[in-house]
Amino acid sequence: MNSLSARKAKLILEDGTVMEGKSFGYEKSVSGEIVFNTAMTGYPESLTDPSYKGQILVLTYPLIGNYGAPQEEMENDLLKFHESNRIHIQALVVSDYSFQYSHWNARDSLAQWLKDNKVPGIFGIDTRALTKKLREKGTMLGKIVFDHDDVDFYDPSRENLVAQVSCTKKHVYGNGKYKILLLDCGVKYNIIRYLLQRDTTVIRVPWNHPIRTEEYDGLFLSNGPGDPKLCTDTIKNLTEVIRQDIPVFGICLGNQLLSLAAGADTYKLKYGHRSHNQPVLEVGTDKAYITAQNHGYAVDNDTLPEEWEPLFININDSTNEGMRHKTKPFFSTQFHPEASGGPTDTAYLFDVFVDTVAQYKGISQ
Amino acid sequence: MGKTSLKKVLLLGSGALKIGEAGEFDYSGSQALKALREEGIRTILINPNIATVQTSEKIANRIYFHPITPYFVERVIEREKPDGILLSFGGQTALNCGIELFKQGILKKYDVRVLGTPIQAIMDTEDREFFVNKLKEIDVKTPRSIAVTSLDDALKAGGQLGYPIIIRSAFTLGGQGSAFCSGEEELKEEASKAFSYTDQILVEESLKGWKEVEYEVVRDRFDNCITVCNMENLDPLGIHTGESIVVAPSQTLTNSEYHKLRALSIRVIRHIGIVGECNIQYALDPESENYRVIEVNARLSRSSALASKATGYPLAFVAAKLAAGYGLHQLKNAVTKTTTAFFEPALDYIVCKIPRWDLNKFEGVSHHIGSSMKSVGEVMAIGRTFEEAIQKGLRMIGQGMHGFVGNHLRFDHIEKELAEPTDMRIFVIAEAFEKGLSVEQIHKLTKIDKWFLYKLENIITLKKELEATPSLEALDNDKLHEAKIQGFSDFQIARFVTAPAPERMEESLLQVRTYRKNKNIVPYVKQIDTLAAEYPARTNYLYMTYSAREHDIAFYDDKKSVIVLGSGAYRIGSSVEFDWCGVSALHTVEEKGYRSVIINYNPETVSTDYDISDRLYFDELSLERTLDIIDLEQPHGVIVSTGGQIPNNLAMRLHSQKVKVLGTSPVSIDRAENRHKFSSMLDTLGVDQPQWKELTSMSDIQEFVERIGFPVLIRPSYVLSGAAMNVVSNPEELEHFLKLAAEVSKQYPVVVSEFIQEAKEIEIDAVARHGTLITYAISEHVEFAGVHSGDATMVFPPQKIYLETIRRIKRITREIARELNISGPFNIQFLAKDNQIKVIECNLRASRSMPFVSKVLKVNLIDLATRIMLDEEVAPLEKSIFDLDYVGVKAPQFSFSRLQLADPVLGVDMSSTGEVGCIGDDFYEGILKAMLSVGYHIPQKKILLSTGPARSKVELINSARALLAKGYTLYATRGTKRFYDQYGIKTKLAYWPDEEKRPNTLDLIRNREVDLVVNIPKNLSKGELDNDYMIRRNAVDFNIPLITNARLASAFILAFCKYKPEEISILAWDEY
Repeated sequence: MNSLSARKAKLILEDGTVMEGKSFGYEKSVSGEIVFNTAMTGYPESLTDPSYKGQILVLTYPLIGNYGAPQEEMENDLLKFHESNRIHIQALVVSDYSFQYSHWNARDSLAQWLKDNKVPGIFGIDTRALTKKLREKGTMLGKIVFDHDDVDFYDPSRENLVAQVSCTKKHVYGNGKYKILLLDCGVKYNIIRYLLQRDTTVIRVPWNHPIRTEEYDGLFLSNGPGDPKLCTDTIKNLTEVIRQDIPVFGICLGNQLLSLAAGADTYKLKYGHRSHNQPVLEVGTDKAYITAQNHGYAVDNDTLPEEWEPLFININDSTNEGMRHKTKPFFSTQFHPEASGGPTDTAYLFDVFVDTVAQYKGISQ
Repeated sequence: MGKTSLKKVLLLGSGALKIGEAGEFDYSGSQALKALREEGIRTILINPNIATVQTSEKIANRIYFHPITPYFVERVIEREKPDGILLSFGGQTALNCGIELFKQGILKKYDVRVLGTPIQAIMDTEDREFFVNKLKEIDVKTPRSIAVTSLDDALKAGGQLGYPIIIRSAFTLGGQGSAFCSGEEELKEEASKAFSYTDQILVEESLKGWKEVEYEVVRDRFDNCITVCNMENLDPLGIHTGESIVVAPSQTLTNSEYHKLRALSIRVIRHIGIVGECNIQYALDPESENYRVIEVNARLSRSSALASKATGYPLAFVAAKLAAGYGLHQLKNAVTKTTTAFFEPALDYIVCKIPRWDLNKFEGVSHHIGSSMKSVGEVMAIGRTFEEAIQKGLRMIGQGMHGFVGNHLRFDHIEKELAEPTDMRIFVIAEAFEKGLSVEQIHKLTKIDKWFLYKLENIITLKKELEATPSLEALDNDKLHEAKIQGFSDFQIARFVTAPAPERMEESLLQVRTYRKNKNIVPYVKQIDTLAAEYPARTNYLYMTYSAREHDIAFYDDKKSVIVLGSGAYRIGSSVEFDWCGVSALHTVEEKGYRSVIINYNPETVSTDYDISDRLYFDELSLERTLDIIDLEQPHGVIVSTGGQIPNNLAMRLHSQKVKVLGTSPVSIDRAENRHKFSSMLDTLGVDQPQWKELTSMSDIQEFVERIGFPVLIRPSYVLSGAAMNVVSNPEELEHFLKLAAEVSKQYPVVVSEFIQEAKEIEIDAVARHGTLITYAISEHVEFAGVHSGDATMVFPPQKIYLETIRRIKRITREIARELNISGPFNIQFLAKDNQIKVIECNLRASRSMPFVSKVLKVNLIDLATRIMLDEEVAPLEKSIFDLDYVGVKAPQFSFSRLQLADPVLGVDMSSTGEVGCIGDDFYEGILKAMLSVGYHIPQKKILLSTGPARSKVELINSARALLAKGYTLYATRGTKRFYDQYGIKTKLAYWPDEEKRPNTLDLIRNREVDLVVNIPKNLSKGELDNDYMIRRNAVDFNIPLITNARLASAFILAFCKYKPEEISILAWDEY
């Protein structure tokens, strides 16, 4: 197959825009929320990131598929080169799909991988024009339509997506010194990998798991999809957690859930932050970091309660990028220190967390 | 904010353009100077490269056209007392000079602070052993290497490292110093060979075939780091990155690989302690994530200029701000103006850099490419598919190629040429696909990642489909659109689909254009905004692509823009001087209230900087793309006369498409370019010219040559720097060179002209308005005619020509300007012998020497010419050359040391890669400064003379006497000695290289006993591999200054006998 023989498909937006492209994935009409990501590498990581649940992903980098789809090797009970056990996006939209791929670690083509997961992909779209539209009008609903097989628009933000991507039962990884309870709202595997590399045992539990029933040295709140306010059970559980003193580290959705539990508010961004080049500044310092991000909602800095303070802010739009408790060992980031994909500059925060846990454990023992 | 207490900062430039150090440092220096000026810091620049933009008014506060050597820099420091110095914006030249100043304690003596990266950090990266150990401290891997002094140790080292390995010897001449060994037997053989001429060799692990990846890293004084860009070489390790096709961002690296190398880059930059910018090169195993750090450049480099243009991130500007004390997070992104400079650009396109070689210009040089750099320039193409970018790029190179396919090339040994790459390898790949080789086979031979090869194969596949299409009408829209998405030009489509005869090509490609425009298959304009459209950006940095459905920008149908066509890739005969012309024109266009628009694709230029024009189209200077842009811009007009020969050649073609060309009519341009029309015009005007004839057969040529006599000049028509142009002195040479000329262009017949010996060459650079001469600058060459004007040493105002000659030249110039109704810049070259004046060339465009004469005269001829082209009334300028109390001397820079085996001799074909221009109180002071600026030294002790033909020997009598009077010891070859004996000039005999006796010329050179070599070739044609060649080549390889022209040698010798170094004045440009 090549670009001339590919089947045509349409991308239709809720504002009536129609863009014609060609199919390279599974041939099925689908709908979802359209979001764009400006990262130049890391499509396998994005595709398997549960935070993209319900979304049609537009990649602004035009040449996609170059290194195929990675091997399905297992390591520590986890797929080594994926961020979860399946593709989560609704569909993939690119400009130039590379029908041939080349990489030592490739198992198959991206097209085949999408087909195996029944996920459509289209190319030949002016992704820059599409991105500008999303930037100007805000995130929109959209659908990919093959011939006359039309589907309705679908708004994932009304659903509790976390419940759809979270694990359903407890699973323990590793056998390290520190017991970390991982609240899985759609966790990326690299969070587990990073924790395991730091002498921990990771107890992964579902999003609504009753936290108080567990014994642990530190609590980790994972990333995940959708509107944080829909995770009412989790927020309720967390309000109990922050009355105690056991260390907490939250990432992305974890940051939002923690802030909601603390009494702050969250809101939907016009078009979110999805990229590998987001600049954040550690508040009150001259330390700046390049971070990977993937979020459509943000914490409202102005609503943080007295005992909490912003930890990082975005240098471009001053949005909240993390917060911490002024006295207790709780902190969280809106960005992704676990990267994968993206820059690893803030991986040190995992060290900070495990050090905090160690210190706490030392005290509590 | 990082406010600064700096008041005055000295910036060192990079001097003349040379291979490995070219226009990119004009860009980086200019940006740094602007960044500092913005801070209210007074800036002083030392750079003898007078053709650069950075040495123009309003960029630095003060400019010294002086050599960038510790001696002169100290003199300037002594005088200016700067409190800071910037060393990282002037390439290796500035860096080396800075290190020397530091080592000699000069910086400390005058309390000058090195801004940005500390000097110790720079030195850490420059010393190989130090560097390796430094990285070892943080467990960063470098190639494993073991130094050995015996065959046994070599074999042990081989076993230790594991095969394949590479052996290198410290002493390398002619590229004989390194060898690849796949096993012990080969190592035994190669090491024995190496030990026959050296005592120590390095046994190194071979990384042949590994991917080569580079990162541009920035760090501020707060320890904040970013990587602005990564780049991947299409050509794997083994080919110098300057010789490689490079893409940005990397295409075959996974997220994990990309970020592993990125994180390493940041660790390295922190450990070394860079403040500012650095470049780091990796080798990456194509079969795992194993890597090695190959090199770190602790300064702005060619790669950083490329990264800057590839991403839109103004690296040099930011690096200068960081040196002044700012943090990255305190600076704004200059493109969006709202977001921070602390970010990493997200590209939504691919760029492809392709080197430009000019190896055909050199006699004897090998066409193989490898670990040393030979290319003289580069292009950068932008697209939204790899196919589009590389096809654009291959056209931009400007050597008559139409893209990846559609070139009439033939290669006889495809497999060999794939495995042993030459400057043509990319086209060999095309041919290999045509011949049926598979991606797998080509990969085996080239080690190029298969992804690139698959993409190239796509182009071949589509080409075949186009060829199978019987007519344009039979080409369906999808396929036509796909061809455009894959970067096929209208020319290529015409060639494959309609296959017209050569003379109908233009018509045919225009048919394709009309046809596709009717089908609405047109390119769209996209912005380079550094953030992949995430944030709104008011960027003027644009390119065109077919992978799009809408434009990023709006067009105004108001005829208020002026398009200036740029000069394309730097190459021999056209480089930074035309960029200066283009930038000058853009400034004037803007000043006159028009929107300035530039089309150019050279990443080493200032004209492609983000703040130079209102709109920058970083795209092809082809008829097709220029018309695409004109269709959208609907400009007031187009300026074709400030970008050298590329736009000049487009003039008539644009005119035929009803495009308004500003200034001199393309019809006149054609009258000057077309030899017949020009010649008959001169005849009508009664202006003399050397006899010439355009001939198509050998017998006609022989007949003509018999009539006018040898030597004769032969050349093809329509050239800029004289490709295949040559002087021949006998029938054998004639036959030989005619073959070469025929290869350059079969469509054009050969022109044979009378060659006048011992004639002076004089040039006039001028500006006219509606045929009236407005201003002019006459300059003379030091060398007699026969040396290409680009290689000649030029003196302005002229010091040694008759007033009568000047009068006649002015008269002829006026007549030609009137006859061609010139409105704009032009240049005429003359031969003068005994007051007889002949016109040898006339170009109705800016010339190479425009910036030189403009800056010496302190009148910007291009500004004047542009105002005229915009129809402003300009009064004739009264400033006369007699008003100048000083003399400007322009001297060429050669890069022979980079071109192994090339014969460093001058001829009618240009071979210099750059130039300097210096100002002196008199001719001798001027030439001394200029010669010292291009790398000559005042000899300390002994000089070797081998002075060629009798008239050269005579020419040098006075110089030889002056040298003796100064106490120099003169060595001379046999004939030279015999000659000078007659005049009582004492010389010592030096034996020829092929004589066994001592003192031998080669020993004198290799042992550095002499520190100047004067070797004058015996005839005008480039010599063979003889004794003279051996002397010249060894002088170059052992870095002993060499002069091969008697008149230049005489001028230089008399200059340094007249002036002691301390008598050379240290005056800034504004003080003359």
